[in-house]
Amino acid sequence: MATTYQAGVKEYREIYWEPDYTPKESDLLAAFKIVPQAGVPREEAAAAVAAESSTATWTTVWTDLLTDLQYYKGRAYRIEDVPGDDEAFYAFIAYPMGLFEEGSVVNVFTSLVGNVFGFKAVRALRLEDVRFPLWFVTTCPGPPHGIQVERDKLDKYGRPLLGCTIKPKLGLSAKSYGRAVYECLRGGLDFTKDDENVNSQPFMRWRDRFLFCQEAIDKAEAETGERKGHYLNVTAATMEDVYKRAEFAREIGSKIIMSDYLTVGWAAHTSLSKWCRDNGMLLHVHRAMHAVIDRNPRHGINFRVLAKMLRLMGGDHLHSGTVVGKLEGDREATLGWIDMLRERYTRENRARGIFFDQDWGQMPGVLPVASGGIHVWHMPALVSIFGDDSVMQFGGGTLGHPWGNAAGAAANRVALEACVQARNEGRELDKEGRDVLLRAAESSPELKMAMETWKEIRFEFDTVDKLAVAA
Amino acid sequence: MTEIQDYPSRLDDPASRRFETFSYLPPMDDAALRRQVAYIVARGWSPAVEHCEPAHAMSHYWYLWELPLFGETDVDRILGECRRCRDANPGNLVRLIGYDSKRQTQGTAMLVFRPAA
Repeated sequence: MATTYQAGVKEYREIYWEPDYTPKESDLLAAFKIVPQAGVPREEAAAAVAAESSTATWTTVWTDLLTDLQYYKGRAYRIEDVPGDDEAFYAFIAYPMGLFEEGSVVNVFTSLVGNVFGFKAVRALRLEDVRFPLWFVTTCPGPPHGIQVERDKLDKYGRPLLGCTIKPKLGLSAKSYGRAVYECLRGGLDFTKDDENVNSQPFMRWRDRFLFCQEAIDKAEAETGERKGHYLNVTAATMEDVYKRAEFAREIGSKIIMSDYLTVGWAAHTSLSKWCRDNGMLLHVHRAMHAVIDRNPRHGINFRVLAKMLRLMGGDHLHSGTVVGKLEGDREATLGWIDMLRERYTRENRARGIFFDQDWGQMPGVLPVASGGIHVWHMPALVSIFGDDSVMQFGGGTLGHPWGNAAGAAANRVALEACVQARNEGRELDKEGRDVLLRAAESSPELKMAMETWKEIRFEFDTVDKLAVAA
Repeated sequence: MTEIQDYPSRLDDPASRRFETFSYLPPMDDAALRRQVAYIVARGWSPAVEHCEPAHAMSHYWYLWELPLFGETDVDRILGECRRCRDANPGNLVRLIGYDSKRQTQGTAMLVFRPAA
């Protein structure tokens, strides 16, 4: 029977709150943390978010009756308390598959985190997690290569990889910059990295940097007999420039390039990732701007969602926090999203902030990159937290060694291998890490010096974005 | 102020060549090596032995010694195969691999014998 049209404003919960709804396998599910405006009931706020992030506008329109709104609407189907926060609550929303374009992360997030985040009925809103249905996962390109292929290409197994970001961030000439790269790589690192804001400034144009870095890599490979790379940052103002730089990197024999997926834009990043697969180029992904989006515990998008999104769009490495270094990061939350980057199936685990099971199908994994204020004393904890499939990305922890970059790199590498060896022997790095390092330093003057230099440096500030976990 | 120590790595010195995991640590003694082999076994990985002339060590493909030791869990037998390979190929590098068939990769790989440079 046809419905009649009645103009006016209805309460959202009449249509968009369905506590009896059982989500379908094909639905896209989202968990939001909502702080409603005073006086707005939870069900109404949850329904409003479901409505505004799917089909609804603020009033009924006659063209609603030309479509199957019962199918297309997003449904708020559950609300839960947020442990330790009386004002906020979690709302679970199911979106039908027909709302989204296949393979388009851009499309999904234009809905989920679109106008609704400025909606007046909610005071604050945070997207905590998203369950992407398998059909959607299989339509996304995913990492250009993935962890196993990267290991095979680089011939590195059974340990985390080591990198270093060249400093000072800005101002070095291309030749001096290449010198810093060479010293790190000959000392035992696998990778060096452009800083995110190194693009093509007057002090060092991209082409000069690429050539000097590649010469540094070639010599370090010949000297050590190991495969090396430098993440050549191809992030640029236009896609034409991005492609031009990527193609030049390929021509000179570079193995890996890098992009900043949030500032370069998601569509641009995804295009570059597809280019990387087509051209056998590994893709290192930096996350400048993420803390703007993910650090406020009540508003924005949790990093686990940004991490999932990146795996779908494509990338072989993603910066994911260190837990122990100078930058923000809760241990359990970090463990949660590094699993999401690497595993084929991740289960709901509230203790790690994971709200949904997630099936990744056959999509390859992304190597998490632990970067920011780390040094040799952190190595036992890093190996324990991140395991083998990760990149430990140093900066000052290599370059600040009193004897220079090569010695700093050797200290990093010896510390890493000593920790891996001890772990394989069944020793507990969290407890015995100090002894393991002291023992390794007996045969490595570089490590001994590094340990003396950084003995007192700690970064023990409280985490701003704590996981809300029931006691 | 401690004295700065130069980093002793040279293109023309074969001793500067490295061979990935554990090659920045002193050579393992027999007991330490046994513990690493036991780790490969405990992970359920298939041991395999490879060898190569030092001059060609950067090739992805070293010579595979016979076939991987599928199902072998005896640490002594695995180490015995490494020694057999070394004795049959004097002057070669010998490495031990743990193949992880679940993840379709090598779980680990480490050099076990290195000829004097």
